[in-house]
Amino acid sequence: MATETVLGVFAHVDTTVRALEELRARGYHDVTVYTPLPVHEIEEVLERDRPVSRVRLFTLIGGLAGIVSAFLLTIWSSMVWGQVTGGKYLQPTGGGISGSSLPPFFIIAFELMVLFGGFATVIGMVVLGRLPRLRTSAAYDPRFTNDRFGVAVHCAPERAATVHELLRTSGAEEVKSR
Amino acid sequence: MSDGRTTSPTFADVNRDVLRTLEPPGNLYFAWMCFVALLLAGFFAAWAGQVWWGMGMAGKRVPQMWAMYITTFVFWIGIGHAGTLISAILYLFRARWRTSIYRGAEAMTIFAVMTAGLFPLIHAGRMWFAYYLLPYPNQRFLWPNFRSPLVWDVFAISTYLSISTVFFIVGLVPDIAALRDASTGWRKRIFSMLALGWEGSDTQWRHYRRAYGLLAALATPLVLSVHSVVSWDFAMALVPGWHSTLFAPFFVDGAIFSGFAMVLILILPMRHFFNLHAYIQEKHLDAMGKLILVTGLVLTYFYICEIFTSLYSGEHIEKASLFWKVTATYAWALWTMYFCNCVAPLVLFWKRARTSPVVLYVVSILVLIGMWFERFNIIVPSLGHDFYPYTWGIYYPSPTDTMIVIGSFSFFFLLFLGFIRLMPSLSIVEVKETIPPPVRDRAHGH
Repeated sequence: MATETVLGVFAHVDTTVRALEELRARGYHDVTVYTPLPVHEIEEVLERDRPVSRVRLFTLIGGLAGIVSAFLLTIWSSMVWGQVTGGKYLQPTGGGISGSSLPPFFIIAFELMVLFGGFATVIGMVVLGRLPRLRTSAAYDPRFTNDRFGVAVHCAPERAATVHELLRTSGAEEVKSR
Repeated sequence: MSDGRTTSPTFADVNRDVLRTLEPPGNLYFAWMCFVALLLAGFFAAWAGQVWWGMGMAGKRVPQMWAMYITTFVFWIGIGHAGTLISAILYLFRARWRTSIYRGAEAMTIFAVMTAGLFPLIHAGRMWFAYYLLPYPNQRFLWPNFRSPLVWDVFAISTYLSISTVFFIVGLVPDIAALRDASTGWRKRIFSMLALGWEGSDTQWRHYRRAYGLLAALATPLVLSVHSVVSWDFAMALVPGWHSTLFAPFFVDGAIFSGFAMVLILILPMRHFFNLHAYIQEKHLDAMGKLILVTGLVLTYFYICEIFTSLYSGEHIEKASLFWKVTATYAWALWTMYFCNCVAPLVLFWKRARTSPVVLYVVSILVLIGMWFERFNIIVPSLGHDFYPYTWGIYYPSPTDTMIVIGSFSFFFLLFLGFIRLMPSLSIVEVKETIPPPVRDRAHGH
């Protein structure tokens, strides 16, 4: 289905929020908002019917992977390289791995949890935010990293005129089709 | 901003003022850069001499095998604490005043940890075998001893460096997008690649904000753990003066203390030369001054605790070590430390001192001197006077290790000077967050 993108450029937060509310009320949900900074008021309108970002799942998996790999590394390597320090054996005895002096391994587990968790978080952000890419999207305008807010509405071509009108009346200083 | 200023900068002002810091700098910058580069050349010459002629060049004699190298290593790791403290812990506590200083502080952290990272290599002598520190598969099945604090240190510091760098880069991405949109030609092409195609869409911000919060949550315990682990390099040993459970909080507090002093040393000239008074205001200096004062008082408490536990330990070797520290060969270093760390910051009880750049600068320099001597006083006198008289020994600095210690400062400053020239040293996005957003209807109201 061919869609057209109508972009409204706003100078103020309240007019942007008004446009978003109007769009929601009229049933336009395919909207992209560009802001130079995260704005609480705008997020509030957008987040109403969205689930929480899935980045946290990446963090959880990364952190757990870090803990598991740290214990595997420390326990396994102390088993194959049986170094006796302080009169304590690191190898497992009949009673399981309890003989392998676990407490110090928690330090390694903590560090690797943070390391893997941190990297996984960034990977999550990049993947979910559809980054990296070499070109910006068609509706993007360089002013959106400076002091302007953009509302791009993706709609059927026959409704473009209505959207134009809607954005204009909400207070957009510039409306154009992309 | 509710500090009584009549005009607060607009969003466009922020972009303009921050991008202005990236314009070609004046002669003073290049002169300072040349001076720093010259010192760095001396640093590499001294290091080369040490590699060629051996560790004796660095004045290493039993029992003083750690001496200035590990002193300076711990010093730089400590400096590296303020950045991630500001960007992670103060972020979670929603301390608004952090926004204008956090970028510089984060860069400082990364460069300080990089500088610190040189010292184990220099100190190891044959640094081309440095990979022995890491667990790696090999045909003899040799693995690091994971019960050694030195191995924990390797993990703690490499994790800290990685996570701080990730944090720094994530924070930079939206700012680089702003740079991209304001530049032309080959710069635009480079910034386009570095910005990863960031455009500030709602989806991107949504994941970005969540990721940033999670990174802050992960980095918060990390900040506190790094210097704790470094302190265990000492506390896990039996040497009198080291073997103490006090060490972890003592080190962390000292690290924050010296880290903030270094932040001021870097931020105050930046504020002056880039004319950033609208963003780095007196209330920011005031807040940092208060933090230095508080951490300084806590440090004073720890010093008292240290002496007290030693006196009441019932251990005559511990007491003898303390007595020797306070009265003998290195007493001057100890009293310098007490003056710089306990007495000098007291001036910050006065608000006028906290808002005066000159006073803050002088106090910060004294704090850095004091904190360097703190690490010196932990390492050198303790190793020089342990259990048996026949293992006692005095350390004398040599030209080689003195040059390397001085040179490490030039390494750090060269990196930092390069950074402020290439990247926005103020966060464009976060500074905008502190400004009331443009609102049309209220603007008409009054």
